[in-house]
Amino acid sequence: MAWVNAIIQGILTGGLYALFACGLSLMFGVMKVVNLAHGDLAVVAGYIGVGIIASTHMPFLWSVPVVVVIMAALGYALQRTMLQTALSRGELTTLIVTFGLSIVIENGLLQFFTANTRGIGVGSSLVSSSFKIGSQIQIGWLLVVVFALALVVLLSLQYFLSASKYGRLIRAVADDREAAQLSGADYRHVFGIAAAVAFGTVALAGVAYGMTTVIQPTTGTDTILLFAFAAVVIGGLGSLWGTLLGGIVLGVAQQIGAQINISYEVLAGYVVFLAVLVLRPQGLTARRSQS
Amino acid sequence: MSNATRPENGTAVLEVRDLTVHHGQLRALSNVSFRVYPGEVYAIIGANGAGKSTLLRTIAGLHHPAAGAILYDGEDVTGLRPERRATAGIAMVPEGRRLFPSLTLEENLKVGATFAREGPWTIERVYELFTWMKDRRNQRAAQMSGGEQQATAIGRALVANPRVLLLDELSLGLAPVVVQRIYGMLPQILESGVTVLLVEQDVTQALRVATHLQCLLEGRTTLEGRPSDVTAEQVEAAYFGMAGAAAGQGGHPGHPGQPGHPGEGSEP
Repeated sequence: MAWVNAIIQGILTGGLYALFACGLSLMFGVMKVVNLAHGDLAVVAGYIGVGIIASTHMPFLWSVPVVVVIMAALGYALQRTMLQTALSRGELTTLIVTFGLSIVIENGLLQFFTANTRGIGVGSSLVSSSFKIGSQIQIGWLLVVVFALALVVLLSLQYFLSASKYGRLIRAVADDREAAQLSGADYRHVFGIAAAVAFGTVALAGVAYGMTTVIQPTTGTDTILLFAFAAVVIGGLGSLWGTLLGGIVLGVAQQIGAQINISYEVLAGYVVFLAVLVLRPQGLTARRSQS
Repeated sequence: MSNATRPENGTAVLEVRDLTVHHGQLRALSNVSFRVYPGEVYAIIGANGAGKSTLLRTIAGLHHPAAGAILYDGEDVTGLRPERRATAGIAMVPEGRRLFPSLTLEENLKVGATFAREGPWTIERVYELFTWMKDRRNQRAAQMSGGEQQATAIGRALVANPRVLLLDELSLGLAPVVVQRIYGMLPQILESGVTVLLVEQDVTQALRVATHLQCLLEGRTTLEGRPSDVTAEQVEAAYFGMAGAAAGQGGHPGHPGQPGHPGEGSEP
């Protein structure tokens, strides 16, 4: 039963990892930007959430859309300025620029918020309450909520990309930037929209992480970014549902590792990550359009 | 199809003035000038590497000229970004079709229609022009044949309701019968009021549809006139260099009086 429990916990944790990963995957899939500041931006979103709740006494649920909108606006602005400038100097430049951004954010957060951990107060008994299946399996409601949130985010992203005008333009620009320009699309603006959407998911990832555990300035790179990368690589680059599958595989691997020995939790995740890299480098789900 | 007179007293819908374009060290175009009047089919012919595609790409805004100007409807558009020229009414069917491979046929058309001007062309009307499209609109562009992709690329440009349609090497990589079929659509496109500037390696095809033509050789204009006014010898001389002496040079197996070489590779 303990193993079943580990697998269930792993699957649910996979939802959180999918939230980490989908923005990273979108930024790479559309702009070919490998955003090394991805995790730090999620932490920034978490701190914005903490700050908003502390200063305005806004209920937690109301603060979430505010954080998402702020991060989306930041995403658009960052893409149109720093990232676009880096992109026009070559895709590798974005790696250096986002790495620099990551360091700046992390140290900025240390400066302002110190290294103390903080949690986002959900303001209800959601954090502690759980339900039981049988006698041995205990599932926290919070993880269920985060998993459901991940599903909603992925479904919305899929709908946005496949059915909306801007979703179509994002896919067109990702396919052939020049041809999109010939159709009248300003690809810089389209990139900005894609970044705004990606940063919106980053905001949710940061808030969700802050809800389930605690954040501190270094959480971005040592946890969120690495798990996001692992989920994207395991699931397959450029595939939305691949990030969920990748997140689940990573989560299950970690929980099974922890079941064997608690110190194996993180290690087991990376062993699976490396195994996928060696055996199936294209990821578990091949990219939607291999053309 | 050639007109008896050119409306040269009217305003040119597109004018190229002393255009010079460099590709790194290479001078791809030297002082090329011409005017395209409404309703014309203006053809640029020339061998591989003559600078035809560079010329069209520069007009669309994908290359920046070193010197010279591009005027659209009398206004200088030389500094405009490609997307601004597209929304102003210059649409291009690029060489190699350049559809969005992961999008479906209909999605490709929808992208073309997103920033469309007011005008007669709609996705429905494109489906009437190419009747096979409607049944296959949910097929991905990557899975279509070359001819189908070319038709879709034309449809994508048409739904933007351009005033000037730039067609870059429609015949490239297509079987002659498919090329015939695609060029057969040209009268219906012209009827809707679109002016066409096309680049073609297949000289016979170009001479058949053009109302006016210009021949490029190594980036320079070597011949200009109405198809009815130029002789095969003149075209040959302009295409290969003076007096046709260069006919054996540069590995051009073709002859301007004969159909071109649809399977040939693209220009640099």
